[in-house]
Amino acid sequence: MREHELVLEELGVSHRQVRTPSDLVGIDGIIIPGGESSVIDKLSRIFEVREPLISAIAGGLPVLGTCAGLILLSNSVIGAIEGQQTFGGLDVAVERNAFGGQVESFETAIDMPVIGGASVKAAFIRAPLIRDVRECEVIATLTNGDIVGVRSGNCVGISFHPELVGESRVHAWWLDTVVAGAQR
Amino acid sequence: MAEKTVGTPLVKSGLAEMLKGGVIMDVVNAEQAKIAEDAGAVAVMALERVPADIRSQGGVARMSDPDLIDQIIATVSIPVMAKARIGHFVEAQVLQSLGVDYIDESEVLSPADYVNHIDKWPFTVPFVCGATNLGEALRRITEGASMIRSKGEAGTGDVSEATKHIRTIRGEIAALSAKSEDELYVAAKELQAPLELVRQVARDKKLPVVLFVAGGVATPADAAMMMQLGADGVFVGSGVFKSGNPVERAKAIVKATTAYTDAKVIADVSRGLGEAMVGINVSDLPAPHRLSERGW
Repeated sequence: MREHELVLEELGVSHRQVRTPSDLVGIDGIIIPGGESSVIDKLSRIFEVREPLISAIAGGLPVLGTCAGLILLSNSVIGAIEGQQTFGGLDVAVERNAFGGQVESFETAIDMPVIGGASVKAAFIRAPLIRDVRECEVIATLTNGDIVGVRSGNCVGISFHPELVGESRVHAWWLDTVVAGAQR
Repeated sequence: MAEKTVGTPLVKSGLAEMLKGGVIMDVVNAEQAKIAEDAGAVAVMALERVPADIRSQGGVARMSDPDLIDQIIATVSIPVMAKARIGHFVEAQVLQSLGVDYIDESEVLSPADYVNHIDKWPFTVPFVCGATNLGEALRRITEGASMIRSKGEAGTGDVSEATKHIRTIRGEIAALSAKSEDELYVAAKELQAPLELVRQVARDKKLPVVLFVAGGVATPADAAMMMQLGADGVFVGSGVFKSGNPVERAKAIVKATTAYTDAKVIADVSRGLGEAMVGINVSDLPAPHRLSERGW
């Protein structure tokens, strides 16, 4: 969370942490960060954020999911634990830990034409991959063609962490395009 | 540069960043690992015996059997950490080859080298190390640790040492950041840590890696207290599986760690948990049996 907050501060955007349903009121967009998707799922149910968040996303709230956040936005999960649920929003299947364990985690640069300019710095940490894209636009790929970013209207999901490697252009694009677009 | 680079400092410390706010639980087999995952642990720590058993049974404590680690990795989808003895770089090589996600170079096991810790830089897998004070934390970071946990006194259920160590580390960081630039040379000498790292901590007012708390956490309130004292997350060792109701206690500790400022939530999750682990007061432990004094 903190690394996302630092990027938002760098971009001059005010922000707050969402832990309870009341924190959702009045926000213009939400970032679902990395972590363990199965844990975020459980905590969102225990602290009753799940249902209000699903309604907000369905109602057009702009959302950016990174890593575990992508898993939580996908309609189906490959390699989910028993009983694991998602918020949904992206009509894709996402495979958890698709690259393997931590020793397979890596840094690289990826192509992201929606942003333009040079390739985007990215850290993949026990990262998921997008395996089956249905009604979504592909916005980021690895050089071998593996899909690591998709958008569907107000929902954007990416496999990687731009916030860990000093890359603010993904956030800037999401704010300028998806968040500002929703306000027009 | 579209190449993939593994094992970079960012990738190593990045996983620890993703564990922040969470609970990491000690497990000795796949069944316990499943209970921990179902309760909402962000990672599990594989070891041969939990610290309370190491204490009561005595003898040399070592890395787990690779079969057990394989079974735990096959059972859960959350990160799996495993303990190696201080200085035992071959146990660390073995654990890396097994594909664990993090290695804990741990004073809970019997040290293999009383002079040197493991040189952690050549490894692809990241390391977490224990520390009782800022100098110790910075020395471990200098050797390549990507995450620090305060030591506490493992296997006791007595949280007082954990409290002391997190307060010490946080207090020393605050004192360091109040110093002027020309005082940092002596500070580095006293901390026995490199000047550049000392300058960085003084400037940022925090360690350059994630700081968890470990050792003696037995109740939801213990975990929440460590979070309020400034921990990024909590390790729970014997506290879960040496208690009367591990399933409910594990869930309760996860909830309290998440809602650590909400006394009402902590009260609710603390109800009807059954027996906490039988504790040992650290002051009753003869000095040679204090695990937190291992490592330097």
